[in-house]
Amino acid sequence: MIGNIATIGYGIATLGPAIAIGVIGAKNQEATARQPEVAGFLRVNMLIAMAFAEALGLIGFGAGIVFGA
Amino acid sequence: MHKLGCNRPVNFSALASLPIFHAGDGEGFVPPSLEHEFDPPALFFVDTPFEMNRIILIRLIGALVLAFILIWYAKRKQLVPNRRQSAVEMLLDFSRVQVGHEIIGEDKADRYQPMLMTIFLGILFMNITGVVPGLQIAGTSLIGMPLIYALFAYFGFIFAGIREKGAARFFKDSLMPAGVPWPIYFILTPIEFLSNFIIRPLTLTIRLLMNMVAGHLILVLLFLGTHFLYFQLSGVVGIATGALTMIGSVAFFIFEVFVGALQAYIFALLSAIYISLSISK
Repeated sequence: MIGNIATIGYGIATLGPAIAIGVIGAKNQEATARQPEVAGFLRVNMLIAMAFAEALGLIGFGAGIVFGA
Repeated sequence: MHKLGCNRPVNFSALASLPIFHAGDGEGFVPPSLEHEFDPPALFFVDTPFEMNRIILIRLIGALVLAFILIWYAKRKQLVPNRRQSAVEMLLDFSRVQVGHEIIGEDKADRYQPMLMTIFLGILFMNITGVVPGLQIAGTSLIGMPLIYALFAYFGFIFAGIREKGAARFFKDSLMPAGVPWPIYFILTPIEFLSNFIIRPLTLTIRLLMNMVAGHLILVLLFLGTHFLYFQLSGVVGIATGALTMIGSVAFFIFEVFVGALQAYIFALLSAIYISLSISK
């Protein structure tokens, strides 16, 4: 097997944040559809939660860079 | 070696030597490397602690442009703003209302507005240099600048909490949240310490840094790929795939502008949230 195992590690690291961001976005859409007048408020909370989830994916990318060959 | 439906194994690694993957002039495609992109040669003051390379010059340019815009419009402020002044006012109001007043509250936000506005506008302008033609590297794509902003926000929320509640009460409220039975504090306090005082500045730094690094690498890959596919790979395959990468590079350019603005907003928003958590009773 040639190549870098750090890229495989990063590939696995994207699974969790991808599912998390998908669920967060979907729930935000659902909640906005139920009650559109609080859409702005829900959007702020969605962005906060997405920032936390995405940070983990990016830490995986950074770890691949730092610990890869 | 893979077995297809037939009995003999097929070696797929021979595909890499097909002629369509060879360049017209015999050179292969050189993908972007981290050293070349993020460690350019030093230009001024070489071998001193003040050595400046291209990225530091770009940071200075971004800072000077930001300072120039703000000072120009502050000195010439009119009560009825013209179109450009109202654009700058919209930017400032975004940070003041959407980040400050929404999160911290209108009564308490005034003493933290300068800090939040510095963070938001500074990171915004540093990220935008990543898409300006000619500059094309974000000022926040080396770890120094996100680290400084994260430490600014970190000491900002700690000092805000200490000034508002007093040091002992601030640390007690952070590390030992109310409403749990006392034996759980033995597990909860180290976790809270780690989460509040160690993980927060680290994730602030690395979220901003990695967003900009990843975006820059993809942009460079798409631009270099388009150049390689058009000019060095002969034939229809080159032009067809080059068109794909060109469309991709335009689309990703727009996405990178959006990501830069979004990351500035998220950094300021999280700083405001940490401050509001620190000063909440």
